[in-house]
Amino acid sequence: MIRVQNLVKRFGDLTAVDDISFEVRRGEVFAFLGPNGAGKTTTIKMLTTLLKPTSGVLELDGLDPAVERDEVRKRFGVVFQDPSLDQDLTAWENMEIHGVLYGVPRQERRERAEALLKLFELWERRGALVKTFSGGMRRRLEIARGLLHTPKVLFLDEPTLGLDPQSRNQMWTHVKRLNESDQVTVFLTTHYMDEADRVADRIAVIDHGRIVAIGSSRELKERTNTESLEDAFLALTGTTIRDESASAAEGMRQIARMWRR
Amino acid sequence: MRVIYILWLREVKKYLRSRTQVVASLGSPLMYLCVLGFGLGPVFQKAGEGSYLQFMAPGVIGMTVLFTSMFSGIALLWDRQFGFLKETLVAPVPRLWIMMGRTLGGATVAMLQGLLIFVFCLVAGFRPVGLLVLPLAVSIMALIAVVFAALGTVIGSSLKDMQGFQLVMNFLVMPIFFLSGALYPLTNLPKPLAVLTRVDPLTYGVDGVRAALTGVTHFGIPLDVAVLIAVAMVLMSAGAWRFSRIEI
Ligand SMILES: Nc1ncnc2c1ncn2[C@@H]1O[C@H](COP(=O)(O)OP(=O)(O)OP(=O)(O)O)[C@@H](O)[C@H]1O
Ligand SMILES: [Mg+2]
Repeated sequence: MIRVQNLVKRFGDLTAVDDISFEVRRGEVFAFLGPNGAGKTTTIKMLTTLLKPTSGVLELDGLDPAVERDEVRKRFGVVFQDPSLDQDLTAWENMEIHGVLYGVPRQERRERAEALLKLFELWERRGALVKTFSGGMRRRLEIARGLLHTPKVLFLDEPTLGLDPQSRNQMWTHVKRLNESDQVTVFLTTHYMDEADRVADRIAVIDHGRIVAIGSSRELKERTNTESLEDAFLALTGTTIRDESASAAEGMRQIARMWRR
Repeated sequence: MRVIYILWLREVKKYLRSRTQVVASLGSPLMYLCVLGFGLGPVFQKAGEGSYLQFMAPGVIGMTVLFTSMFSGIALLWDRQFGFLKETLVAPVPRLWIMMGRTLGGATVAMLQGLLIFVFCLVAGFRPVGLLVLPLAVSIMALIAVVFAALGTVIGSSLKDMQGFQLVMNFLVMPIFFLSGALYPLTNLPKPLAVLTRVDPLTYGVDGVRAALTGVTHFGIPLDVAVLIAVAMVLMSAGAWRFSRIEI
């Protein structure tokens, strides 16, 4: 369903994605795990036509996201890591716009929007402006909206960020059901190892823009001789925190940008 | 079509909801209308040019449409910042439609705002030659709105963050306004100024609105409309092109 070969993305002299290759099969739940700044979001942005790769081959359902953009967009749905709601509209209006953009017929749109808003316990607040929502409510709305249409591939970039356990549970149950009943291929990233362990068929661990391991949760544990996925993850990526180097690099970039002005 | 419509509706809804913004954006046109309108009136009269309020009211309407439509195009930067832009950019519809919906929505808002100022002009004492000319004046306002909403889209798609915004206001929007003949007649201008006013699309917009409402014109309505349509087409194409190349 997804094929990535020797994919590279550079921002100036920073290589965010460094020559990665992998495949995701039809109907599979595939997790992308990696420390902060590993290049997960960047990869998703390239697959979802928002960024052009520096080099390499991308394929989604046999199409190239960098070239056949409109065709590719018909095939996926995405919940982004950063907010993408219109805060000045109501929850219901955000759902409506999404449904129209994705060509969901009116009747179906209304029914599904209602069901999803109820599922994520936002139905009572459907008429309220999104800017009056709490962080978790926004996140739930974002997920509900992403599930309004049934795509062939669903990208979930840290969908459960900031969610309470109840909502996380609801969401994964729903996603799992979509995956089983409608054969939706799921590509997800998360920092909660238990989630990946629970839902993913296969897991790729990415670090510094490179894939360091790929396989099922059990295979990763076996390969690293560890008991839990968390330990396997730490064994594969080390225990140092990545934020610091990333933010130092970001700081340098900002200074460089200032000088270029 | 539904896509263009819903994105158009989004702009209009947001406008109707943001009362403070409506009031705030009426501030500077009203100030021009009252302070300059009444302040320069006697001088203008003495120069034998008739009523200054009568002359400048169409200019202030043009100014309102200019500011509002440019602003709506640049609001793209807000959507980029707050993320909603991403939602539309990955949608399975041609980006051209998205750009059209946004731009036409912005243009509509600008027109509504222009009409509001028109009402204020009437209150201040402005008198159009008749009511029959109103549809013509509104159509020309619509053209002005489309031209500058498209220009705003071009700029909004080309800037990465809000830092360039002030630059655009000071070095593009303000000159467009001051060079448009909104505040002074186009006759007997010094040569450089005369040339600059003629490359400013708003000049033709203001001249058209003035012609429709008061019968006073420099170029004549056919030329005004032709120039506006041509510029609108060029800028819409440029906007569509820039918009289709946005990366996030
Ligand atoms: N638009 C950009 N311009 C410059 N650098 C960028 C840009 N987007 C991402 N980067 C850099 O690319 C690297 C990878 O970022 P990415 O967002 O893909 O990480 P991630 O794996 O999603 O991390 P996280 O877990 O924190 O979400 C980071 O070092 C980041 O600073
Ligand atoms: Mg990320």
